[in-house]
Amino acid sequence: MAGNSILNGTFMDHRDIKFSRDEMSRYNRHIIIPEFGLEAQQKLKASKVLVIGSGGLGSPVLLYLAAAGIGTIGIVDFDVVDDSNLQRQVLFGVGEVGQPKVEAAKRRLESLNPHINLKVYNTQLTSKNALDLIKEYDVVADGTDNFPTRYLVNDACVLLGKTNVYASIFQFEGQVSVFNYINGKGEVGPNYRDLYATPPPAGLVPSCAEGGVLGVLPGIIGSLQALEVIKVVTGVGEVLSGRFFSFDALTFESRTFNIRRNPNNPLNGNNPTIKELIDYEQFCGVKAVEKKIKEINSLELNEWQQRGEDFQIIDVREPYEYEICNIGAELIPLATVVENAGRIDRKRKVVVQCKTGNRSGKAIRELEERFGFDNLYNLKGGILGYIDDINPKLTKY
Amino acid sequence: MATVFIPTPLRKFTNNTAKLEVAGNNVSEVVSKLTGNFPELKRHLINADGKIPSFINIFVDDDDIRNLQQEQTVVKENTIISIVPAIAGGRE
Repeated sequence: MAGNSILNGTFMDHRDIKFSRDEMSRYNRHIIIPEFGLEAQQKLKASKVLVIGSGGLGSPVLLYLAAAGIGTIGIVDFDVVDDSNLQRQVLFGVGEVGQPKVEAAKRRLESLNPHINLKVYNTQLTSKNALDLIKEYDVVADGTDNFPTRYLVNDACVLLGKTNVYASIFQFEGQVSVFNYINGKGEVGPNYRDLYATPPPAGLVPSCAEGGVLGVLPGIIGSLQALEVIKVVTGVGEVLSGRFFSFDALTFESRTFNIRRNPNNPLNGNNPTIKELIDYEQFCGVKAVEKKIKEINSLELNEWQQRGEDFQIIDVREPYEYEICNIGAELIPLATVVENAGRIDRKRKVVVQCKTGNRSGKAIRELEERFGFDNLYNLKGGILGYIDDINPKLTKY
Repeated sequence: MATVFIPTPLRKFTNNTAKLEVAGNNVSEVVSKLTGNFPELKRHLINADGKIPSFINIFVDDDDIRNLQQEQTVVKENTIISIVPAIAGGRE
């Protein structure tokens, strides 16, 4: 793309960008690369990049983009730093636990590079604010953690004509691509909906909070994402548009697939039907799922236990999780719930729990659909909620 | 026999095997064979219409089967078939 950026409503030409003596010295190792040079560095400084999510992927993306001298970096996140983030979210340290991620990130990045502008948005990206937030930027780096937001970011970028540098991780596996990239000839590349027209049914693919992620993986994949942002902004090299990179850390297999636009894409195919942002929770089936299940919170569960109510508790986590902490439930891991349905009581109330409430919700839906159970209660917030509210002596993980 | 790469989220249905050798003349035959050997995979790889669901991509060597001959795409001895589902992690 050209090194023009919308700044204060006017186009700024990267060739007008000047560097101080300090900046020239800081960016020297970029400027002396023949294929990069001063002009690419000027393009970086003229550019505005919005990083959505400042967690596992956002950490390396933000560190490298700030270090590289992207002129304006926006950060969207609504979360606070938690102990369990530090295994992979290298932006943060022990001193930041409990603080809003965007504030902690801003301080860290300011100390890394005082020559850039940082704008933080301590908010969740929604269909209401996405277009207003994204339109101020040239390029988006999507490092979010759920399907509704993935489709939201994609659709907003396509509707606004912005490039979306995409990366995603799960356990040992990472994916990278550049979506909606407009090349020198004005041709628009594929977007997320060309690749995945619909999301998987809710609960089929666990989140990282449920399924886990190897801490170094977002470091690898986020660094590749930062690389592609820099290539998109500077025009240096071949951007990963129309291609899709996949990496498996366990086998060290990596592959780069060719992808194309789909004429049936509802956003920008031959007959577009989506012309504004939609309700992405509904699109991904998240709402429908939540409505169906009966719930109990940890305080209510504690009351049942205190007054000696007769009920059964089923834990659908894995055995190694059960070893870390448990509340004396019968262990039936999610994958074996169907074959063990006979062990689940039909006459008494049954509380089903997991780590956060997602897997147990899935187990309940499956048991209700297949066997017609009507006495199952999902423990809201899972065992983590129970530890917070009732028994802080148990180990959190 | 073709080599099939099983993605992380589906490995729990293949005894944690990442790579499998599967016989078949086209993608459809390979998927049938695979889901025959590992029945739990079936509901993830085949939808109610008997097709590959749209949240799963299958690549034969470097190309999406939607840009080849879909499920009828020919598979040879040394073909690599990659199953690539949508994953969404990153921020947490």
